[in-house]
Amino acid sequence: MSNQSTNSAGQVHHLRRMATVWVIVSIIGDVLFSIFVAPHVPPGRLTETAAKDQTDFNILFEMALPVLFGVWIYLSYALYFWGDKRNPNPAFSGDAARTNMKTQVSWMVVTTVTVLFLAGFGTWALIVDHGSGGGQGPNPAFAPAGGLKAETAALLGKATWAPGSNNVLPIQVIGQQWKFTYRYPTFGGFESSQLILPADTTVAFNVTSLDVIHSFWAYQLGVKADANPQVNDVAYTETKNPGSFIVRCSELCGIWHGSMFNNGSVESQAAFEQWATTTEAANAANTALLPAFAWTYVPSANGAGGSYYPTNDPFSAVETYGSKQPS
Amino acid sequence: MTISDERSTEVRGPVSGSPRGPQGPRKLSWTQRPGLLSQNLLTAIVLGVIGYLIGHWFGNYLSSGYDYIANSGQNNIANTLALCFGVVGWLGGIGALNYPVAKLFGHDGLVEDEPVDNWTKYFRYTLDHKVVGLQYVVGVLLFMFTGGLLAMAIRTELLNPTTHYFAPDVYIKIVSEHGTIMMMMATSIIVGPLGNYFVPLMIGSRRMAFPRIEALSFWIFTAGYMVIFSALPYGGFPTGWTGYAPLQTQAGPGMVSYLLGFAVIGIGMILAGFNQAVTIINYRAPGMTWSRVPVFVWSILATAALLTLATPVLFAGGLFGLLDKTVQTAFYVNEHGGNAYLWQNLFWFFGHPEVYIMALPGFGIAGELLPVFCRRPLFAYRVSSAGMIGVALLSFFVWQHHLFQSGINPDMRPLFMLTTELISIPTGFIYLVGMGTLYRAKIRFELPMLFVLALFFNFLIGGVTGVFLSDVPVNVTVHGGFFVLSHFHYTIMGGLLFAFMAGLYYWLPKMTGKMMNKKIGKVHFWLMFVFFNLTFFPMFIIGLLGQPRRVFTYATNLQGLNDFASISAFILGFSFLVFFYNLVYSMWIKPEVAPANPWESLGLEWQTATPIPAYNFERIPVIMTDPYRYSEEGAPAYADFGTKDAPGSSTPTMA
Repeated sequence: MSNQSTNSAGQVHHLRRMATVWVIVSIIGDVLFSIFVAPHVPPGRLTETAAKDQTDFNILFEMALPVLFGVWIYLSYALYFWGDKRNPNPAFSGDAARTNMKTQVSWMVVTTVTVLFLAGFGTWALIVDHGSGGGQGPNPAFAPAGGLKAETAALLGKATWAPGSNNVLPIQVIGQQWKFTYRYPTFGGFESSQLILPADTTVAFNVTSLDVIHSFWAYQLGVKADANPQVNDVAYTETKNPGSFIVRCSELCGIWHGSMFNNGSVESQAAFEQWATTTEAANAANTALLPAFAWTYVPSANGAGGSYYPTNDPFSAVETYGSKQPS
Repeated sequence: MTISDERSTEVRGPVSGSPRGPQGPRKLSWTQRPGLLSQNLLTAIVLGVIGYLIGHWFGNYLSSGYDYIANSGQNNIANTLALCFGVVGWLGGIGALNYPVAKLFGHDGLVEDEPVDNWTKYFRYTLDHKVVGLQYVVGVLLFMFTGGLLAMAIRTELLNPTTHYFAPDVYIKIVSEHGTIMMMMATSIIVGPLGNYFVPLMIGSRRMAFPRIEALSFWIFTAGYMVIFSALPYGGFPTGWTGYAPLQTQAGPGMVSYLLGFAVIGIGMILAGFNQAVTIINYRAPGMTWSRVPVFVWSILATAALLTLATPVLFAGGLFGLLDKTVQTAFYVNEHGGNAYLWQNLFWFFGHPEVYIMALPGFGIAGELLPVFCRRPLFAYRVSSAGMIGVALLSFFVWQHHLFQSGINPDMRPLFMLTTELISIPTGFIYLVGMGTLYRAKIRFELPMLFVLALFFNFLIGGVTGVFLSDVPVNVTVHGGFFVLSHFHYTIMGGLLFAFMAGLYYWLPKMTGKMMNKKIGKVHFWLMFVFFNLTFFPMFIIGLLGQPRRVFTYATNLQGLNDFASISAFILGFSFLVFFYNLVYSMWIKPEVAPANPWESLGLEWQTATPIPAYNFERIPVIMTDPYRYSEEGAPAYADFGTKDAPGSSTPTMA
């Protein structure tokens, strides 16, 4: 091997050698990744949304591996063969060393095509997966069928969900320093610190906050949506099988941000309905004290401690959270 | 004076220091006298403290009774004015205000800065770009060391998910302070020290365009450092370096230090960028056409454009925040007609160009050093400058990818996904140039080269993971977690900091006349490279497994990976001690005199005498050809110095 580097220019096809190694290593790498790693890549396959996010990650990774290998193989080859000890007299210089139109153009074409493909694929996935579980704000651009209708119905108190109804289930997520609570408008608007979801259902999370910005990250569901005060941030997920998941806050929200997490679970539709109706009945007295279901809330001055100024605006059109205290 | 006029002014005899040109001996005013009774670091400290106290008194006088939190005794107006007056006192004390104030009263030329040519010039308001460059070296290293210590504290806390070494409020202060200090430091880490020192030398100029502004930008930088550090005695701030709004509005007085610190350092960044851009455009030596400008200078020019255009947005954002916190405006308060998204938009409209402010100079150093250590011309020179300009332009159109999950305009997501991914095309140009230059080269594995090669390794991982982050479906999982944290440490630390180290090892022999010790340097390099990767690579996995950023506790099954990262981080921190030891060892304990051109570079900066005369070049060189014609038979010399015995004119350039 070593004397080949002293051959005159053009006799050793460095790039052909590297390309051969690259193709082999890339194929092996991608196959090994697909078999051994890809099925376990976060966020897992608990929901349809998560599964699609996982597939997107895997496709990106399978495209990234050859890029990494390409540069690594080139670097290793260059450092091994073209060090000043092995290659004391560089064989070419002048214009040929300074520029090479063919290389430059093909490099630009390859990177541009790759990038445009990635952007196109990402856009397609985003649209098909109804926003891929990301927070879309109050006016979701990539809503699933029936999603927008369920939103309107929930606000009017007319949203319904029953096992087998195939309706979109709206759930409100309320972030505050430093916990998440959940309101179920289809079950009388009760509020719970537990997040229970039915299987095989499209869920619309309406995420808002009472104080600072939080981020509702239901890890295994493939959902992440910022909880902004006075903003309704909608994110969709399609649940499949029963299972449990963890919810963490992923936007810095103050000193106890690190401990702002809880667990939730996906139950069968019948079990979910039973839990929801039981909780609705058990919480009826408390629900009566809650503000009417709304997209956003303003906390009272002596409520969650999230008000900015000592006096609250008495003419506010928004529901004031926590103003009705049991006497 | 036009450039051709300047070229014809031949400097003879001992050169006096003034960048304005040789002048006869003149009497020094008391402000410039050597010794303690003049304007120097001490007067800056004294006037800074006096300014602080006056500002605090004035603020309380204006607004007593307006406590930010009822009965807390804390008054944001007093705190803000104290810091503002302190900064002004600091600048006045160092002498930055002498000239503008004298001008204000019509005393033209009365206050002419005449640097004292001994070691005290490093503690003064000195206008020589070489002095400012060295001041910046010490400044950024101090800044970096502070931020690094805080990083060690973070990794200590994350050793265990249940046993805590810091209270949660202390921990969040540490995290916020680490992020902010490092980001502020990183904006200047190359532009400040190496940019100020070497850009005039590399373009064949005797000075920067605006020497006063140059010195001012350094002293503002130090003032900004103290302002951001003042957050700690004020009780810290809980928002991280991003300072998101409702939390910002809710936070205590430490937040003022954050907002004002960014505003102050922002002024310094704007001034530095403006000065660099003007210098590069107007002060190039004759013959240095745009296709003969060194790549490092190109990168500083692109960075200067970003500094000048992006930083005002940060300044405005910080100002709005300060007004919210002091006079109760409501720029970021939803209930009163403001909007918390405004801060996110302003911050990231600055923040994304900012991360390229931190990447481009690194690319520049890589491109500058590769031909020297490969002994062959830079491959695709035009592509490299096009890449840097492309990155700089596109960086203004990607900021909303930081807001993918924030709930604003979802229909814009495909656009920002596209623009973000488009940026990998010009970034790819840098790789084409790097890989092309290595092709059949004659690589010399010197210390600076090792750092450059490490940059290409690290930045590749940082860049590829950036594509994952820009893909909205994948972003749902990786946004706001350790994955993104690892990504930007790979680009900023793995790219910029490694480039800075490459630049220091490469140029310190020119700046100080002494070689850095190679053996200790190699220990430093390998420790830093290996343990940088061992620290941050596991964090990709930690992030994918569901650990959000800035948490003090995490799922117990992640403890193994976190401990691995923490212990690697401690060794990474130790590698910086090795670097400091090398610095002290090579500069003071056992100095080894550097050869005139230790790396056999063709660059103009190596073709002056060492130590560099105050005038840089006895005669302004005329640039004859492209900058990187290494190993080329019969290539003309890069520059014509007018005389045959000009220092550096016989630099060996072949092989």
